[in-house]
Amino acid sequence: MPKDSGIGASPKRREDIRFLTGVGNYTDDINRPGQAYMHVLRSDMAHARIKNIDTAAAMAMPGVIHIFTGDDFEAIGGIPCGWQVTDRFGEVMKEPKHPVLAHGKVRHVGDPICAIVAETLAEARDAAEAIELDLEELPAVINMADALESGSATVHDELGDNLCYDWGFVEENKEAVDEAIKNAAHVTTVELINNRLVPNPMEARVAIGEYDRAGDMSTLYTTSQNPHVIRLLMGAFVLGIPEHKLRVVAPDVGGGFGSKIYHYAEEALCTFAAKTLKRPVKWVSTRTEAFMSDAHARDHVTKIELALDADNNFTAVRTNTLANMGAYLSTFAPSIPTWLHGTLMAGNYKTPLVYVNVRAVFTNTVPVDAYRGAGRPEATYQLERVIDKAARELGVDPFELRRQNFVTEFPYQTPVAVEYDSGDFHRLVDKLEKSADFGGFAARRAESEKKGLLRGLGVNCFIEACGIAPSNLVGQLGARAGLYESATVRVNATGGIVVMTGSHSHGQGHETVFPQVISEMIGIDESMVEIVHGDTANTPMGMGTYGSRSIAVGGPAMVRATEKIINKAKKIAAHLMEASEADIELKDGAFSVAGTDKSVAWGDVTLAAYVPHNYPLEDIEPGLEETAFYDPANFTYPAGAYACEVEVDPDTGKVTIAKFTTADDFGNVVNPMIVEGQVHGGLTQGIGQALMENAAYDENGQLLSASYMDYAMPRAADVPNFTVDHTNGTPCTHNPLGVKGCGEAGAIGSTPTVVNAVLDAMYSGGHKVDHIDMPVSPSRVWAAMQKG
Amino acid sequence: MEMTGSRVIAADRDTVWAALLSPDVLKECVPGCQSLEGSADDGFTATVVQKVGPVKATFKGVVTLQDRLPPDSLTLSGEGKGGAAGFAKGAAKVTLSEDEGGTLLEYNVDAKVGGKLAQLGSRIIDGFARKMADQFFEKFQQAIEGPADAEDNADTSEDAPKKGWFKKIVSG
Repeated sequence: MPKDSGIGASPKRREDIRFLTGVGNYTDDINRPGQAYMHVLRSDMAHARIKNIDTAAAMAMPGVIHIFTGDDFEAIGGIPCGWQVTDRFGEVMKEPKHPVLAHGKVRHVGDPICAIVAETLAEARDAAEAIELDLEELPAVINMADALESGSATVHDELGDNLCYDWGFVEENKEAVDEAIKNAAHVTTVELINNRLVPNPMEARVAIGEYDRAGDMSTLYTTSQNPHVIRLLMGAFVLGIPEHKLRVVAPDVGGGFGSKIYHYAEEALCTFAAKTLKRPVKWVSTRTEAFMSDAHARDHVTKIELALDADNNFTAVRTNTLANMGAYLSTFAPSIPTWLHGTLMAGNYKTPLVYVNVRAVFTNTVPVDAYRGAGRPEATYQLERVIDKAARELGVDPFELRRQNFVTEFPYQTPVAVEYDSGDFHRLVDKLEKSADFGGFAARRAESEKKGLLRGLGVNCFIEACGIAPSNLVGQLGARAGLYESATVRVNATGGIVVMTGSHSHGQGHETVFPQVISEMIGIDESMVEIVHGDTANTPMGMGTYGSRSIAVGGPAMVRATEKIINKAKKIAAHLMEASEADIELKDGAFSVAGTDKSVAWGDVTLAAYVPHNYPLEDIEPGLEETAFYDPANFTYPAGAYACEVEVDPDTGKVTIAKFTTADDFGNVVNPMIVEGQVHGGLTQGIGQALMENAAYDENGQLLSASYMDYAMPRAADVPNFTVDHTNGTPCTHNPLGVKGCGEAGAIGSTPTVVNAVLDAMYSGGHKVDHIDMPVSPSRVWAAMQKG
Repeated sequence: MEMTGSRVIAADRDTVWAALLSPDVLKECVPGCQSLEGSADDGFTATVVQKVGPVKATFKGVVTLQDRLPPDSLTLSGEGKGGAAGFAKGAAKVTLSEDEGGTLLEYNVDAKVGGKLAQLGSRIIDGFARKMADQFFEKFQQAIEGPADAEDNADTSEDAPKKGWFKKIVSG
């Protein structure tokens, strides 16, 4: 019988009451007394030299308070990058300056040039029209291959060329991999493009800076996934404000998908402007600004080769990737195509030799950084595409080829650094074959063909790495941050609990899920637990939420703090019952002495902690509040097997997703309903990438898809009713909850599943198309069928 | 984008050439032109109001005449800034040659847009630019030779410039 509370139950999301009734508190809902408004004037050229900025006429416009330009920030730091990659030759990556406002040159359409602060937003916008910009247009660098040609224009002149780094992994294996490919019985090659995406969270970015003169205290309200990270980056590296004089609040946040991890210029601008002008300053991104200033995603061009022996065992994988960094290094950009991508190239398979080469390239485009999956979708897509193509070339069943090469014993040390702690890939495929009804596919295909449609079945297996850690390892890999998580558990006198977590919820449902864990541990009702997050003033230093890390890293931090609470509470209970601490048991919210009928309620103990009249003051302090920082021993490794059936209209090339089935291993699951919702969202984003989404630039660097007229987002009608399953999990072995994280899986596993299905459909119609690039739009499918 | 086109104008090459250098003709022929000042030698400054799909803007810009080889060819270059709407720039190489019907005018336009115009209007910008070019040369032809069909004059008000007015000025 399903549980109705605690771990494994599916209580409805308590935060939805405010989200769905319009009483959420998003950053744009916040307005401070005396607030002024900021408008950012952005470059409409991709690459140009700034010859002059004349703000005199604009300054004289009604309501204008101040106009900031790049000169105002010359003396202070630029936007920092949080990860330094070391290249194949032992050299650190090239790290260009990233000014808060463009200085000297503009480097992409959307690059901020001036920040106009006025009494009203309309006045700020009007003033922007009066700023005289003298920009000398320069040749734009857009295509990555062209950017690496000698003689190409350079995005950052001081770097000499456009190469950020040339990374090889594992460099020591390079020759062995080359040799294995040369000697292979069969080599399958795929060249592909992982299309550039725009993240598009429902809530666009907002920032409000405020300065309290009395306390010399700056406050930033911002749409962030990690307020503590923003406080550290902006305070220490950009504005020179120590943490105790800077508070960052990220209240309700309407989705992030990675794009709200990073420190953006507008956050520094509002904080700086508020302090300079002694007034609160608010900036709200328009949707068009979001398209050209939120970090973009993916944008890899890859060649992957898979070598097999005569028995179809994988012997080596070699990849060469160009990864677009855009015009500047966004906060975690260098890590995405390297440590979050190369380390997953073994996939679910025991391939003994892997070599991954990634050249990261600067171009005159919006910076690219992590987006739901971050490197792992790129790895999975290429690996699962090349395996699918190999199966077709060898005439073997695609799942059988995968099964034959599965890793089956755990822990498993991959040739790409990571060690998988647990998994059972065969069990996932077994489950999927039943739940996706492979046996009935032939009949469904016949039905589709009666309608004049081609039906294809695509499959995919994936493994990913979540909860990136431990800190000492990621430090060696170039991270300039730790990747632990924190929680403070405060028990009140009457027994209620407030958990202050360093994680951040921007849709994930922490306020529902975290209390389930506490409820399970103490045996009190979930309604007695409140979750506080998002404010550096009342949460311990934490790294925030991304990379499916909240329950996998933030969860154990809360568990550890709660264990401390329970241990102390047991001491108090032992004192109250005049028993030995070792005999105290906690069950269903009451402490009892083993083997007796003596017991005290949770509330009696918590009251004693704060009204310590009868209390072991000589042994323990009053109060009941504990903090824990948890630094995991390893990543967690969610895995899955997915199947997709599509119908392709041969007359129009239109692809319809007819059926999508998943079997995921998320380890233990705290709230199945929320996990299923996460998978649904991830699948939809993956299907969006596979079929519809594409950030398009023209050769001059103009962003052609900067609104929903040209950038196609998936809608409810574009996806089927998903059949998802997570009941075959293998618990993570190294965290106390046995959880692995579920936020990104859907986006990681879905793109190759869809594309494999589309190719299968085309083959069934006699069109021998071996590869098609995403988005698999009707025109691309139709054109491919005309050729193949 | 690039566009090419041609039309035969019923006038001799010197007349057509003179029209190309005339600010009055250019002002009349540039679609949406609100003002145009300056001279062929120093260049013109112009204000043009245009609507491209959802983007309506006032473009302020300069037009210069380059590579003048009278009466054979010249290049008209223009660059306009539309504030929040972005920018448009382009060049039209125009060649004139003798033709049975008068003068053959051929043009080769290379134009590009940036900012919001590109972001919101990219699907329609090619068609829009072609329409602009067609309108320009249509009006240019009319300015010189008068309307193709006399009935077009029927509803012309007194205020509107007379079709073929330029030819009347230069020839009379």
